[in-house]
Amino acid sequence: MNSSVIVFPGSNCDRDIAVALEKMQFKNQMVWHKETKLPKSDLIVIPGGFSYGDYLRSGAIAGKSLIINEVIKAANDGCLILGICNGFQILTETGLLKGALLRNKNLKFINRDVNIKIINNKTKFSNRYKKDQVLKINIAHNEGNYFTNSEHLKELKNDDLIAFKYCDEEGDINEVSNPNGSLENIAGILNTKKNILGMMPHPERMIDDLISNKDGVNLFSSLLN
Amino acid sequence: MTITDQVVEKHGLKLEEYSKIKKLMQREPNLLELGIFSAMWNEHCSYKSSRKHLKTLPTKGTCVIQGPGENAGVIDIGDDDAIIFKIESHNHPSYIEPYQGAATGVGGILRDIFTMGARPIALLNSIHFGSPDHFKTKSLLNGVVSGIAGYGNCIGIPTVAGETKFNSSYNENILVNAMAVGHAKKNKIFYSKAKGINKSVVYVGSKTGRDGIHGASMASAEFDENSEEKKPTVQVGDPFTEKLLMEACLELMKDNSIISIQDMGAAGLTSSSVEMASKGDLGIELSLDKIPCREENMTPYEIMLSESQERMLIILEDGKEKHAKKIFKKWDLNFVVIGKTTNTNMLTLKYKNSIDGEIPIDALASKAPVYDREWVKKKLPKTKVDFKKLKKVKIKDALIKILSTANHSNKSWVTNQYDQMVMGDTVQKSGADAAIIRIHGKTKAIAVSVDSSADYCKAHPLTGGKQVVCENWRNLISVGAKPMAITNCLNFGNPENPEIMGEFAECLIGIKESCEFLNFPVVSGNVSFYNGTNNKNIFPTPVIGGVGLIQKLDKTMNHKFKKENSNLILIGKTFGHLEQSVFFHEIYSIFEGQPPEINLVNEKNNGESVLEIIKNDLADSVHDISHGGLIVALAEMSFETQFGVKINKPKKLTNIFEYLFGEDQSRYILEIDNINLEKTEKILKNNNIFYENIGTTQKDFFEISKEIKIDIKELYQINNQWYNNY
Repeated sequence: MNSSVIVFPGSNCDRDIAVALEKMQFKNQMVWHKETKLPKSDLIVIPGGFSYGDYLRSGAIAGKSLIINEVIKAANDGCLILGICNGFQILTETGLLKGALLRNKNLKFINRDVNIKIINNKTKFSNRYKKDQVLKINIAHNEGNYFTNSEHLKELKNDDLIAFKYCDEEGDINEVSNPNGSLENIAGILNTKKNILGMMPHPERMIDDLISNKDGVNLFSSLLN
Repeated sequence: MTITDQVVEKHGLKLEEYSKIKKLMQREPNLLELGIFSAMWNEHCSYKSSRKHLKTLPTKGTCVIQGPGENAGVIDIGDDDAIIFKIESHNHPSYIEPYQGAATGVGGILRDIFTMGARPIALLNSIHFGSPDHFKTKSLLNGVVSGIAGYGNCIGIPTVAGETKFNSSYNENILVNAMAVGHAKKNKIFYSKAKGINKSVVYVGSKTGRDGIHGASMASAEFDENSEEKKPTVQVGDPFTEKLLMEACLELMKDNSIISIQDMGAAGLTSSSVEMASKGDLGIELSLDKIPCREENMTPYEIMLSESQERMLIILEDGKEKHAKKIFKKWDLNFVVIGKTTNTNMLTLKYKNSIDGEIPIDALASKAPVYDREWVKKKLPKTKVDFKKLKKVKIKDALIKILSTANHSNKSWVTNQYDQMVMGDTVQKSGADAAIIRIHGKTKAIAVSVDSSADYCKAHPLTGGKQVVCENWRNLISVGAKPMAITNCLNFGNPENPEIMGEFAECLIGIKESCEFLNFPVVSGNVSFYNGTNNKNIFPTPVIGGVGLIQKLDKTMNHKFKKENSNLILIGKTFGHLEQSVFFHEIYSIFEGQPPEINLVNEKNNGESVLEIIKNDLADSVHDISHGGLIVALAEMSFETQFGVKINKPKKLTNIFEYLFGEDQSRYILEIDNINLEKTEKILKNNNIFYENIGTTQKDFFEISKEIKIDIKELYQINNQWYNNY
């Protein structure tokens, strides 16, 4: 499977996701933001980091960059798109995903392992997980507080577009297990066609028992499936 | 402008120093030249009070590739890999403007690392604040932590270890020390020494603004009631630009374009250009009208003294300009040839076709003043506290009180604000004795830790200096690393006061003794004097940042209990030293007495034996016994596990408080499974190590003879309250 990782000035999880993709046997290429053509890709990843230093608003400037037009075209053609952390923020800025990521409720950067629950396991990104499976996964963000309007929230629920929700170890979804104030504990969402996933947690950080755990591996193997 | 005595003093120079300047120049300097002297001759840049003492530190060792004197120290960790690291203070700016002060402290130390060709792989910090009750502490704590987080998280380098401490001596002068660690190929290390005449001097990075003018001079004086007015001398950081600068520099470093490279840190363009020329025994000529400026009409004086961040000076090989420029343009950074190297041994500053300043390089560097300041020895405190005469307390109450103090509480409120996992190689993060970072793509790792013991150093600087090196050594050992080398950040008060100078001199003697004995050389460091306000000085606070090597990643260790019914082996002798202990400070408010003694022979033998036990896969968890004594160490081992302890009453020591809370040095606790006990004891006996089997681990409860029995979850909860309630 061919993958492309888009690199913006200020991206800083680009190497981490490339390591994960290569470990999972993807044929990966790094694509500089000033490029105007994408290599042939089955998967495009927009990595985490601080593209353009989060200036203006996180993801806002990257959302208007040259390569993004190509990403939008590819997305409309059905290519799989994965936005992680800042990548998720960028996807909401482009309009490929609806809603917005606001400042964390506690107004602080949060880096720690949290639990998330697989809400929809019938997607290209999650078919190797069991429904309601609880993962332990690292988050690292300042603006991960997902918000959207009630109409879109209804759509997310009715069309099964919520991919993950923050929960506790037992899988209970409640206020205590919500690290950043996200609407209904939402940690990741899909677009209507389900070829685009935006998520705040970092699956690429969960591929090695020595460092953390392997709870992120199945996201990549789902894509290969 | 005529240079009057007031002008000289405003530049932080003494009148006798000004006479020396005139002698070296053989004329009166103009204002630009005076500004440059003030930038180079201040304490921060010239090390004029400390140089004599720093020279005594051991800086050589088989692993040392580069000792002090460069941007950072370099050590050899085998297989072509080098580790480059340094610690630096940003105390004064952080007190005036906590967010930017701390952020630019991180930015500055990172540049020191990647200037030398290393990709930074870890950040650490040691931050000291005033008493939690002091009205400024809360906002300073918030500002500093978010400044460190803001810079490190954005540039994408994990902040993996550190310490956060509180003591009223820092009420009006906090400490913010940042350490960076990088990895490079051994044959690809870049230095600041200029070579060759007529080589292009290139300015890269951010534009120059009016921020930070006289920052280094500000950091070389005590604060007074007007310190707030010094805010404009604090630089403003831009981690995004630093990220671009780092990537661009590392990209250019892949081939052989660079002769030498130096970041613009304290004293900006002045110190970087002078240092490069001085090391190369050359002159340097700069055209100041070519400098990219952020603001209009900046004068040569402002340009030379600005401390705007994220800038570098590079001397390029002939014909490499086009290639280098392309890389910096790719990263949207400024790239301007601003001058050349010369054979004049002068710093020549041109502005609009006229020479605005010309100073002999050696007058700024090698001939800068060096002082042999008067210092007095501190006597070992004689007061003996008679513990028997003190009011009785319960062990449980004392432990609970200690675990709920600011200094001994769980610090995840701080560390959760730092990205500790980015770069994907963090094997062990904050909260352990030392952090462990894997060398990317390899099966080996380094361990890193920063430590300080200001209470001990205040009570007796020599013992304290010795202790803090040992403490760092122990922390590296405890995670299974072979200690390699250290960097030090020496934070002290006013060196013109002989008592403070004595604290400095004696701490250094202590550091030297330990480093020599443990073969633990100092490869880089920084001195910060004048930490005080209106003659009130901080406690002497040398901070040690150590690096150790873990040859094989399957042999790492941490301090969390792993199972029940393991033996608890206490290594090292317990005498029950309570003076200067957390117990005396927190429970009885007794601050008299001497710190615990260090026996370097025991230190080395105990540490090496622990390492041998870890290497032989005999231990399940290891923790050094540090501030708070045995009982606090045991509590920390049980936190976040399902296992507590069952400790028997000590056989020899009659006083259980001394046994549990004493801070005798060179001690470790090891969790040893029954099947490994014999082998472990054999190693300990062979090495003549004093040890005791003090009890076992057990499920759920923390129990010490009949004195205390408490659920470990409850204990952990107690340990987590302070920050959340502050």
